[in-house]
Amino acid sequence: MIRNYDKLIFEISKEGRTGYSLPKNELSQYSLAALPQALQRSSAPELPEVTEFDVVRHYTNLSNKNFGVDTGFYPLGSCTMKYNPRINEEICSLPSFTGLHPEQPAECAQGALEVYYNLAASLAEISGLSAFTLNPYAGAHGELTGLMIMRSYHIQRGDLKRTKVIVPDSAHGTNPASAAVCGLQIVEVKSTANGTVDVEDLKPLLDDTVAGIMMTNPNTLGIFETEIPEISHLVHECGGLLYYDGANLNALLGKCRPGDMGFDIMHINLHKTFSTPHGGGGPGDGPVGVRAGLENLLPNPQVKKNSEGKFYIDTDDASLGSVSSFLGNFGVAMRAYTYILTLGRENVKMVGPLAVLNANYVKESLKNEYYLPIEGVCKHEFVFDGLADKSTGVTTLDIAKRLLDYGYHAPTIYFPLLFHQSIMIEPTETESKETLDEFIAVMKLVAKEAIENPEIVKSAPHTTPVRRLDETTAARFPKVTYKQMKG
Amino acid sequence: MKYFPHTQQDIEQMLQVAGLKSLDDLFAEIPAELQFNREFALPEAMSEVEVRRFFEALGKKNSNLICFAGAGVEDHYAPSIINPIISRGEFLTAYTPYQPEISQGTLQYIFEYQSMITQLTGMDVTNASMYDGCTATAEAMMMCVAAAKKRNKVLLSSTVNPKIKRVVETYAKFNGIVVDVISEKDGVTDLQELTEKLQAGDVAGVILAQPNFYGIVEDYTGVADACHANKALMVMNANPSTLAVLKTPGEWGADIACGDGQSLGIPMSYGGPYVGYLACSNALVRKLPGRIVGYTNDVDGKRAFVLTLQAREQHIRREKANSNICSNQSLMALYVTIYMSLMGEKGLKEVNELSYSGAHYLAEQLVATGKCTMAFDKPFLNEFAVKTNVCAAKIQAALLEKGILGGVRIADDMLLFCVTEQRTKAQIDTLVDVIKNI
Repeated sequence: MIRNYDKLIFEISKEGRTGYSLPKNELSQYSLAALPQALQRSSAPELPEVTEFDVVRHYTNLSNKNFGVDTGFYPLGSCTMKYNPRINEEICSLPSFTGLHPEQPAECAQGALEVYYNLAASLAEISGLSAFTLNPYAGAHGELTGLMIMRSYHIQRGDLKRTKVIVPDSAHGTNPASAAVCGLQIVEVKSTANGTVDVEDLKPLLDDTVAGIMMTNPNTLGIFETEIPEISHLVHECGGLLYYDGANLNALLGKCRPGDMGFDIMHINLHKTFSTPHGGGGPGDGPVGVRAGLENLLPNPQVKKNSEGKFYIDTDDASLGSVSSFLGNFGVAMRAYTYILTLGRENVKMVGPLAVLNANYVKESLKNEYYLPIEGVCKHEFVFDGLADKSTGVTTLDIAKRLLDYGYHAPTIYFPLLFHQSIMIEPTETESKETLDEFIAVMKLVAKEAIENPEIVKSAPHTTPVRRLDETTAARFPKVTYKQMKG
Repeated sequence: MKYFPHTQQDIEQMLQVAGLKSLDDLFAEIPAELQFNREFALPEAMSEVEVRRFFEALGKKNSNLICFAGAGVEDHYAPSIINPIISRGEFLTAYTPYQPEISQGTLQYIFEYQSMITQLTGMDVTNASMYDGCTATAEAMMMCVAAAKKRNKVLLSSTVNPKIKRVVETYAKFNGIVVDVISEKDGVTDLQELTEKLQAGDVAGVILAQPNFYGIVEDYTGVADACHANKALMVMNANPSTLAVLKTPGEWGADIACGDGQSLGIPMSYGGPYVGYLACSNALVRKLPGRIVGYTNDVDGKRAFVLTLQAREQHIRREKANSNICSNQSLMALYVTIYMSLMGEKGLKEVNELSYSGAHYLAEQLVATGKCTMAFDKPFLNEFAVKTNVCAAKIQAALLEKGILGGVRIADDMLLFCVTEQRTKAQIDTLVDVIKNI
């Protein structure tokens, strides 16, 4: 941080300042004043009045209060915070793509459609499925779309009873929410002691009301579900479909494909596995893939290629409908396609193994200081259940906050819900051994502090732009705009 | 390019710590028949030089056209300073601001975004943004049904953009929500039919558009009262750029405002990423899905911002959630926040003034060709529909030959034209000449 800047843009506003330049109106004889008064707003919106330079300084100073992958290491489980190459940003900003209007005829957007088509085909190859849509905007949106495909499949076969979806108790929180928004009831299946789906608990749940099961593999504990062939067999036998939550796909890149495991439908988070930036919470992108036989159900519009190699936009009557205004976050798809092309087939297959190596290296290096509830080789991530020595009362939250003082983002905490003090760590393949060694040393130091000087950990962070916040007051008396803040 | 830093020596040392001999050992538990053992059918790695060349060649297969198309996506001026700011790694590569102590940059700009969107829409509160205008409208519908508890019907005006209709209908279909479409009369919502349908007493919400799909600025006088008298919520999908000058959803008495922020200077980018907005009255804040940033203090009394109202339905009762939205379009929210800061009220007004002038000039000139008539005699701002006595497709094809994206065809004899501040009089004259000469 260069300086302690604490202004809102409204607070640097001064009447009469402007930060834009527009052309002169050549046609000023046609004036808005002619619009009926009753259709015009009665008072002007209170927006800032600032210069361009004010804006640059203001937001640059704000950025200095932020932590990103470019700033430092993010051991954030289930989020796959890998390096975001800048070439992807350059490519997606090419004016020959950013200038395209979605209503532009397909023959004038062949390059863009080729990107869409080829990225979809690449994702199909990488995941072992038949076809992909890039229309959903985010992981949760992909889940919803995937479940709509699942429901449409049953409905179109006249199988109307299937309204239940089975979700493991270790599932990502969005799984049940997506199912609810798709009009499905959630049935939870328990985990075994080693964190995988309990097949014996699953069996009695399977009947002719089951639409399918949602799973991630490896699961949120970073454990590969070795019984997946059996689960696939059982669910298919009862007439259900298997949905793969692609949040953890990074672990398997190059080693194992969801389609080969028996999954029928999946989503991929391009902002995780395919390195598009998280942007402080979005835009993401959540392509959805299906096995052969389900392609017609994908959302409209669909991009297809004719026998002459020309791309066109199609709508299918069997489709579940539309989930987006057009072809999704196309700019994000451009980044992901660039990433796949620059990585190339020889490097894509190394992503999974090296991500898994990094995770196991960190896990093995810290399991004396932190309690590892499930031993053995993990995949891309793993979960500690708090400190090994919890005697001083230092919690997972305290550890997370203390890491901020040392220049690290916190791991994912209190998830999965299977343990009380979950610390979920996913290093990703783009971090070096040296970075991991430094992180390991700091984690050990924090564990030592927790014993020797617990107060410093419990009151952390100390060196961040702000310290722990009063979240209770914020929620009880919400002030969510400048106007409300001024009172 | 390898984006991983591992040397052979690193790999060996790390495997040793993990007690393993080879990278394959990391996957030993995966049944052999599930292991993927062939090469991917993908191209070999491209260097930066090659990948640039590759995309430049692909870009040549797109045509960059002079854009007179709208229908929800408009070709607005994007100030040059926005991209450099949002490309700062601290914004671009940050995660969701769940650790507020190191995310004040993100949290504060979302707070500023919320402040500006509520100013534009005249609503009390907004969330931190949605995927796009279509999904924001679908979420507004879900809010209506959740708020009404026992009603599952919404009324949707026929004058809402068909793209929005399609998404709303998809979400409705899977949620047992009945969408009843209100007819249009002379290009505007049939308010009599609307009032009659409301009186049935089973309507959770009414979804309207401003300006509507035909570019018409509709007069919604009395609609809010009719909705509220029948315990229905009023939802207005509004183009935020135009709200700098038009009567706001808040002023019309809407309970929920939603729409797409693309018109706030976001490049058209073949459909995305854009940003949806969803705003509402204070009474509905606890039904508002997605993230919301609020003001608070830290333990030292220092002003700070934080994700708040997290104890809402979708967080605590997931299996009964009304929304599954997890992310927002944060970086695009930053984009429009910077845009609104730069433009201010005056700049936005000027954008609307320029667009209004161009659109009304174009409309007049098109009518003067004798080949077009105004489809509706209603007030409009930057977009309007014409009827033509020439085939609409033929007009579009003729314009395309001159490098002009000549409107959006909405019927065999109807075209929708949109003019923004980026269009010049000369471009408009060229377009008119082409049509004149057909």
